[in-house]
Amino acid sequence: MTQVAVSASHGQRGGAHPGRVGNILFGGSAWIFAILVLVLLAGVTVSLVIAAAPAFREFGFSFIWTEAWNPVKDRFGALPTLYGTVITGFIAMIIGVPVSLGIAIFLTELCPNYLKRPISTAVELLAAVPSIIYGMWGLFVLAPLMQKYIEPAIIGTLGNIPLVGVFFQGPPYGIGLFTAGIILSAMVLPYMVSIMRDVFETVPPQFRESAYGLGATTWEVVRSVVLPYSRVGVIGAFMLALGRALGETMAVTFVVGNSYHISTSLLAPGSTIASSLANEFAEADGLQLSSLMALGFLLFVLTFSVIGIARLMLMRLQKRYG
Amino acid sequence: MVTLAKTPRVASTNAVVRRRVRANRIISGLSIAATGAGLFLLAWILGYLLFKGFTTLSLQLFTMDTPPPGSNGGLANAIIGSLLITGVGILLATPIGILAGTFLIEYGRGTKLAEVIRFVNDMLVSAPSIIIGLFVYQIAVAPVHHFSAWAGAIALAIIALPIIVRTTQDMLQLVPDALREAAFALGAPKWRVIVVVSYRAAFQGMLTGVLLAVARISGETAPLLFTALSNPSWTTSMSSPMATLPVVIYKFAGAPYQDWQNLAWAGALLITFSVLILNVVARSFAPRTRN
Repeated sequence: MTQVAVSASHGQRGGAHPGRVGNILFGGSAWIFAILVLVLLAGVTVSLVIAAAPAFREFGFSFIWTEAWNPVKDRFGALPTLYGTVITGFIAMIIGVPVSLGIAIFLTELCPNYLKRPISTAVELLAAVPSIIYGMWGLFVLAPLMQKYIEPAIIGTLGNIPLVGVFFQGPPYGIGLFTAGIILSAMVLPYMVSIMRDVFETVPPQFRESAYGLGATTWEVVRSVVLPYSRVGVIGAFMLALGRALGETMAVTFVVGNSYHISTSLLAPGSTIASSLANEFAEADGLQLSSLMALGFLLFVLTFSVIGIARLMLMRLQKRYG
Repeated sequence: MVTLAKTPRVASTNAVVRRRVRANRIISGLSIAATGAGLFLLAWILGYLLFKGFTTLSLQLFTMDTPPPGSNGGLANAIIGSLLITGVGILLATPIGILAGTFLIEYGRGTKLAEVIRFVNDMLVSAPSIIIGLFVYQIAVAPVHHFSAWAGAIALAIIALPIIVRTTQDMLQLVPDALREAAFALGAPKWRVIVVVSYRAAFQGMLTGVLLAVARISGETAPLLFTALSNPSWTTSMSSPMATLPVVIYKFAGAPYQDWQNLAWAGALLITFSVLILNVVARSFAPRTRN
């Protein structure tokens, strides 16, 4: 296209290239800013590695699996926060996956047309609510509910089952890993729904209609046509949401309890990487600051691998089905 | 499709059909319940915000600064801080994001480089904002040894950037090549074709992207904790720490003082409804490509 443009303007003004300076300036800055996106990722990686280096030098790689967080004695390890991060993300997925699947099925298969737009908008607004609002709501509304009703009920029933029971014992704190996981599930729900809805819509209508034509029920169409066709995209949507859940900060910080002790009970207070960063960063210096940066680096590696895999899956789907 | 799904009911004498219909009803019921739960959650959160925040909503909120515990005050310094930092952030991110998105479609379409940049950009869209905060702390706070509104604006710009790149790229992709070719045939240089033809055709969609980016960054809290921090008094100096609504909400909501908590709820109400209105407005500009 450049060829066409240059020769065309060439003919017009006879010899001069009126667009040339503009082309170089404009195209050049577009290129530089596009490269900047790559530089950003590289910059994030390098800066985190540099900042985390003192902690890794002091504690070695055992930093990752050491259960310690003691600013007074300057002993730090990532295990408690890493555990909290993974567990809250896991709880969020356990709750969020079936619910988001249900909403996506409703929106694509069951919903009457005149309700599609308002309900989709409502789901997208749920995604737009700032995470700090989820945090406040969790602290002032959900946590008291959990403490008074839900957690005693769980402790009374699931807590008595042998083996599984250890995950649901102890006093009902209200705040803790379980509550944080619930808040997270609500937060990542809209992301999963909107991607899944897009993915479901890539299924050609002929496939759906032929199945309906054979007498299949809605559930059979979803189970045997829609889901198999869009499997890669659906898993991509889950992984993307998991990436979000792992790195979510404000919603978790309010309700996770900020304890650095690993307890077998899911109802006990804990902390995630993001929540300890938000809590301790402003007052930290020296080895504690570097240890926090090391936590940040671990979070970076964790989330970017999950997000990267998710994006690769979604890209594969896009390539296959245009 | 609802009617289609119900057709097997006609032959419900058959036990197999009855079982299939029952399975279908259970799943349909669960999907409807899930949707209801999602809508209920939205209504619950917004309703509770209105209920808690509305009583503290007054003119004083906009005229007085954040108070020490136990005395009267408002959120004026936090509101101006949020406007300033978000504004500067979006001003930084918009030209960079639009040009980067332009490169992906108008210059690099189909090249390996554009594909890699697109992939990295998509990853940055979903990157946790707290990581961006740590990065900006390293480059803009640690070297000068003090927190500043500039650092906050840079952090928000980095969060907004990939969103703008993404929407610009998506919208430019929708511009038909015939339009570009027509402009080229008239002898326009490439940069003019892009500015006059492509941008004009994609304008609404790109505006949507920028507005959604504003909505996203104006509620961001975590990266500001490491960059702009907070400031109990009014300031418009970008090189000093600055209060923002989300950070003040975070600080006040977790405090044991009733008047601080009330202010936090009022601030939460302000920020949430601004963000939601911005979202609805942005979406009304969006070209309806789907369906």
